Amino acid sequence: MVKGKITGIIANLLTVKVDGPVGQNEIFFVALDDGKLMAEVIRISGDTVFGQVYESTRMLKVGTDCEFMGHMLEVELGPGILSRNYDGLQNDLDKKTGVFLKRGEYTEALDEKVSYEYKPLAKVGDFVHAGDWLGSVKEGWIDHKVMVPFKLEGRWKVKSITGAGSYTIRQKIAELENDSGDVETVTMVQKWPVKRAIHTYKEKPRPFKVMETGVRMFDTFNPMAEGGTGFIPGPFGAGKTVLQHALSKNAEADLIVFTACGERANEVVEIFTEFPELIDPRTGRSLMERTTIICNTSNMPVAAREASVYTGMTIAEYYRMMGLKVLLLADSTSRWAQALREMSNRLEELPGPDAFPMDLPAIISNFYARAGYVVLNNGQSGSVTFIGTVSPAGGNLKEPVTESTKKSARCFYALQQARADQKRYPSIDPIDSYSKYLEYPEICDYLNAKLGSDWVDKVANAKNWVYRGKEASDQINILGDDGVPIDYHLTFWKAETIDFVLMQQDAFDKIDAQCSLPRQKYMMDLVTDVVEAAYNFDSFDQVAPFFKRVINILKQMNYAVYESDEFRKYEKEFRETLQERRVK
Amino acid sequence: MDKQAFQKVYTKILKLTKATCTLKATGIGNEELAYVDGRPAQVVKIQGEEVTLQVFQGTEGIATNSEVVFTGRSPTLKVSDQLAGRFFNAYGQPIDGGPEVDGQEVAIGSPTVNPVRRKQPSELITTGIAGIDLNNTLVTGQKIPFFADPDQPYNQVMADVALRTKADKIILGGMGLSNDDYLYFRNLFDNAGALDRIVSFINTTEDPPVERLLIPDMALTAAEYFAVEKNQQVLVLLTDVTLYADALAIVSNKMDQIPSKDSMPGSLYSDLAKIYEKAAQLPSGGSITIVAVTTLSGGDITHAIPDNTGYITEGQLFLRRDTEIGKVIVDPFRSLSRLKQLVIGKRTREDHPQVMNAAVRLFADAAKAKTKRDNGFDLTDYDERTIHFGADYSRSLLAIDVNIQVDEMLDTAWNLFSKYFSKTEVAIKQSLMDKYWKA
Repeated sequence: MVKGKITGIIANLLTVKVDGPVGQNEIFFVALDDGKLMAEVIRISGDTVFGQVYESTRMLKVGTDCEFMGHMLEVELGPGILSRNYDGLQNDLDKKTGVFLKRGEYTEALDEKVSYEYKPLAKVGDFVHAGDWLGSVKEGWIDHKVMVPFKLEGRWKVKSITGAGSYTIRQKIAELENDSGDVETVTMVQKWPVKRAIHTYKEKPRPFKVMETGVRMFDTFNPMAEGGTGFIPGPFGAGKTVLQHALSKNAEADLIVFTACGERANEVVEIFTEFPELIDPRTGRSLMERTTIICNTSNMPVAAREASVYTGMTIAEYYRMMGLKVLLLADSTSRWAQALREMSNRLEELPGPDAFPMDLPAIISNFYARAGYVVLNNGQSGSVTFIGTVSPAGGNLKEPVTESTKKSARCFYALQQARADQKRYPSIDPIDSYSKYLEYPEICDYLNAKLGSDWVDKVANAKNWVYRGKEASDQINILGDDGVPIDYHLTFWKAETIDFVLMQQDAFDKIDAQCSLPRQKYMMDLVTDVVEAAYNFDSFDQVAPFFKRVINILKQMNYAVYESDEFRKYEKEFRETLQERRVK
Repeated sequence: MDKQAFQKVYTKILKLTKATCTLKATGIGNEELAYVDGRPAQVVKIQGEEVTLQVFQGTEGIATNSEVVFTGRSPTLKVSDQLAGRFFNAYGQPIDGGPEVDGQEVAIGSPTVNPVRRKQPSELITTGIAGIDLNNTLVTGQKIPFFADPDQPYNQVMADVALRTKADKIILGGMGLSNDDYLYFRNLFDNAGALDRIVSFINTTEDPPVERLLIPDMALTAAEYFAVEKNQQVLVLLTDVTLYADALAIVSNKMDQIPSKDSMPGSLYSDLAKIYEKAAQLPSGGSITIVAVTTLSGGDITHAIPDNTGYITEGQLFLRRDTEIGKVIVDPFRSLSRLKQLVIGKRTREDHPQVMNAAVRLFADAAKAKTKRDNGFDLTDYDERTIHFGADYSRSLLAIDVNIQVDEMLDTAWNLFSKYFSKTEVAIKQSLMDKYWKA
């Protein structure tokens, strides 16, 4: 094992003189009197290594011994990851002792003692490749696959396989042998370096399905593809966190990996407190059972914050290899970029814009590229859909993190301060936001097949009305209420109807928070009817009260159980009200 | 400074800048406390045998042969019940003429609370100020700053908040306080007879700016003692965090770091988060609540300091002068308490959330009507009524000199509703209307 001694310390950056070969991004441990500190190599120059320590370096001294581990930052992958709360380095936070986080305390990611019900899926003599399924264990409600380790190259033959039964994670599941006669023992657990993507699938086609989120501004107006990428930039107070929580509660995914990266601890506490109480409508089980939290809040060590997004992504990729639909959320990727900036700064690298490292766009796009819909070797499919938030400095979308992310992510959900101030939630900008997936013929076909052949056109038409409404409102503000034709008011209020009924959604209302696709279509049809109709008004001041009534009734429908008597009652009232002014 | 046997003493300084000095020394720990010619200093960089120290008071007059004494530990504070009622400087030394505090010596800037051990904040904090209690209700374990221009009476408001809450301890961290404001706090606490539940750590404008960097850690170490060891409800007041951030920028500049937005260090977010995230509801029942002040320049919240603060804290209280009534109010549009949902309508009367929203919505209509009026457009009868409501609402509820109970705030709002509006215009849930509408 390569050893070294510390020669310099600035904040959490160390220089270490080493006595042998070391690798870029290799993990090393710094010896303390009462434990050790984990660190990562980030630059090598001759026999001097620069390393970032994942914890506080207080009272660390030059001359202290370091031990190099010969591998990069790894996570342990195996049954027992679901519903855990990890820190950025995959320490199980619930296993840590005491109220305060102790420096140098590392805990096991998985439980060694728990037994899982296992059954084999492969037979002796089968030829297998990395990522192929050898067996299956029950982890909560999912069939957790025991896979051929991702690191194995080429073709392997199953030499022996353990029969069905109850086993712990470190017990032998299979023995594999390759053509050269190398033998590999497989257990339920394998390790994988977080900064490398898991590539052991057959192919990664373009996304062609829509990932339902239950949020109308996503599904109807800017649909997210299964295996797609998107990001949510927004100034503070615009509702980023509420939106991410809404997605994690309602999205139609098998699993949610939530990375709380450099944000408020109380927000994570909210998840800890609420999710176990909430029921996942698809499985009827606690929402926590499909959720894994990677929690590196703003006051936890900065270097581990960078690791946390990679840890989250690797866990998501691992479950994707089991043929599952995983939604990965990261709040917020700006804090990750800031962690990169702090280190780049200490390394005295020449800075890019706003002192961020020059390769920030490349780092961000590499990360987003790890998401995707994949076809596995056995023909099954899995996906990682990734949605990150961005916290632009001063709410200015022209800053480096937003701009870099815009180049990589396919969906853009811009939260707008003005909409948030008006309490129009979710405050996603109806005009600037987009989903590039609406340009994919596969996605349009998918939507039209599901929601009627004219669905995509209907959505485009509704967006167009919102745009015209904004123009009308600008004119009204300049010329005054009575300085414009009544039509302007009509256009404005038609746009308002779309905004209030379809675009706004109450994330705190039990019913409205989750809106199914059929329901979204139903309401879209009603609202299309409203905006395409002609009306008879004598003066402009009749327009607003009429549409306010219409909007109010339609909103009551949003709050009612879909297709219930209450829903029908409001619908009837809506149709009667519309007739009062409608001419065709 | 008394020399002790185990301390390392050096007398050969190699390099001096305005704020740092570098010397050859061995066996020195990162962040170790030292004294350079009697002035407190802290290790910020070690390169082989060369150790760089940040001298808090500046290096004026320090010579290359001045004595440097290393203490073998990072900065500490002695904590015990004796802290109560006392005034200290940034190093935790008494400045009130009283004796040294006896107690357990603990390192400042301790680790963070394990997120899974935190409890969800749930206890209401009442201040009597309706702009806070009604619209932006505070909760124990919350962290929230006042955003205010320098000419606004933020220190007075904060002192009012502190003295009216039922906190067991109030810890004041004064950073760059003017001497006048320091004396104001001292007299106020004295006169209120509240001195025994107050601990103050003070850095005034007369003290070196870099010393301010120690103030939040000192204050929060004291707070943790009372909240963790004694299970008390502790309220920490920090004023002014903008001046703290300015001191960070000075140090970062002296360390040749590349500045990011607004000349602030790239680590500003993490630096501020380290302070604010100390606010917590602890499992044992104790809590730390942080109320801070961030002064703005011309109301600009896009500057790096308020901007980063906004991303860290659980809301902000925005002070502004309402020209309509000539008083400072808590702006209901730009203020926000992210944790209010945890208590309003639950720990307060059932009609609280709806009354709050309706009043703010009508106040927004008043603002729109005023814009219309200012642009020379004709006003409708509704516009006229909202403008009158707006002024009344601002005077009797938003102004910072209001001091009433929450129920009285709600009743006041109901009175204003029925004075100016019809029931349909107020649009509150029917069952609440039936119960509370003032005929």
